Amino acid sequence: MSSIFWITVAGAILTFLTRIGGHLVLSRFERIHPRVEVALNAVPAAVLTTLVAPAIATADWRGLVALVFAGLVSLRFNALTMFLAGAAMIILLRQFS
Amino acid sequence: MDEQIYQRTATGETSSRTQFWEGFVKGLPIMVASAPFGLLFGALAIDNGFTVGEAVFMSASIFGGASQMVGIELFGHNVPAWLIVFSIFAVNFRHVLYSAAVGRRIGHFKPLQGLLSYFLLTDPQYAETEKRAESGKPVTFIWYLGVATPIYVMWVLEAWIGGLFGNLISDPHALGIDMLLPIYFLGLVMGFRKRDNWGPIVIASGVVSIIAYKTIGSPWHVSIGALAGILVAVIVAKPEKAQGKD
Repeated sequence: MSSIFWITVAGAILTFLTRIGGHLVLSRFERIHPRVEVALNAVPAAVLTTLVAPAIATADWRGLVALVFAGLVSLRFNALTMFLAGAAMIILLRQFS
Repeated sequence: MDEQIYQRTATGETSSRTQFWEGFVKGLPIMVASAPFGLLFGALAIDNGFTVGEAVFMSASIFGGASQMVGIELFGHNVPAWLIVFSIFAVNFRHVLYSAAVGRRIGHFKPLQGLLSYFLLTDPQYAETEKRAESGKPVTFIWYLGVATPIYVMWVLEAWIGGLFGNLISDPHALGIDMLLPIYFLGLVMGFRKRDNWGPIVIASGVVSIIAYKTIGSPWHVSIGALAGILVAVIVAKPEKAQGKD
């Protein structure tokens, strides 16, 4: 078997451990403390934001315009519309400006 | 068409087929948004010395876009194998937080259902599960599979198609590929804007992750920024909420 195969197998096992690990640790506790509950409720916004922020800090002006535009669209429309609008905006700006 | 599909049973539970399709409808936009990356991954994997079979195997077994990109990128640079594996792990480390949080939503799944569900726990899968729980509808295994099925099946197929036709993507930058993922994740962030203290959490996570990105570097900015946001949530939580009276 190639080294790519074994790297992939090891990467897949460790990835699975990250996906089940948080639950395995937390499920050892009988009761979840309310503060922990607050922390868990913050997970979506806290983690997902970190996947956007560096792009905001490093994007060219076209990228920033596309992000702001998509953000505004998301206030009124669903996620798919927002994504397609943002994608259209960045492609147009990169092609024509 | 079987009309019973759309009827509620006596217990008030919707039928499992309805639940599957409710999930499927949520999975479709995610499938569309992830398609460019699935194809790009297949194409770049071939560029970096993978066979089409190896690219498909990686998409099928790891099922995590960003970590797969990092994996093939490092492989192309002759980095030691253990470091590639560790980098994949580091990029995916954020899932520990999803895992801890989503256990409250899917803890009632049967053991084997649970194992499969945690394997399928991607960023959008997690976001949809949280939103479903928030809306008060039941998070069932069938619904969860409905979300995951179109995403997973297409993700694996795209590695194959991208591997076969990869050289058709000549200029990823002109197509804005580098901005698609941030735009997509911004949409997920906005989807949670009605939650308590969303603003302070987003600002803390955003600022700290940018600082960490510029100083310590990727992928650690994700875990560090996320912890900052969570810390702010814990600090600013209203006392009555923190005592569980919400």
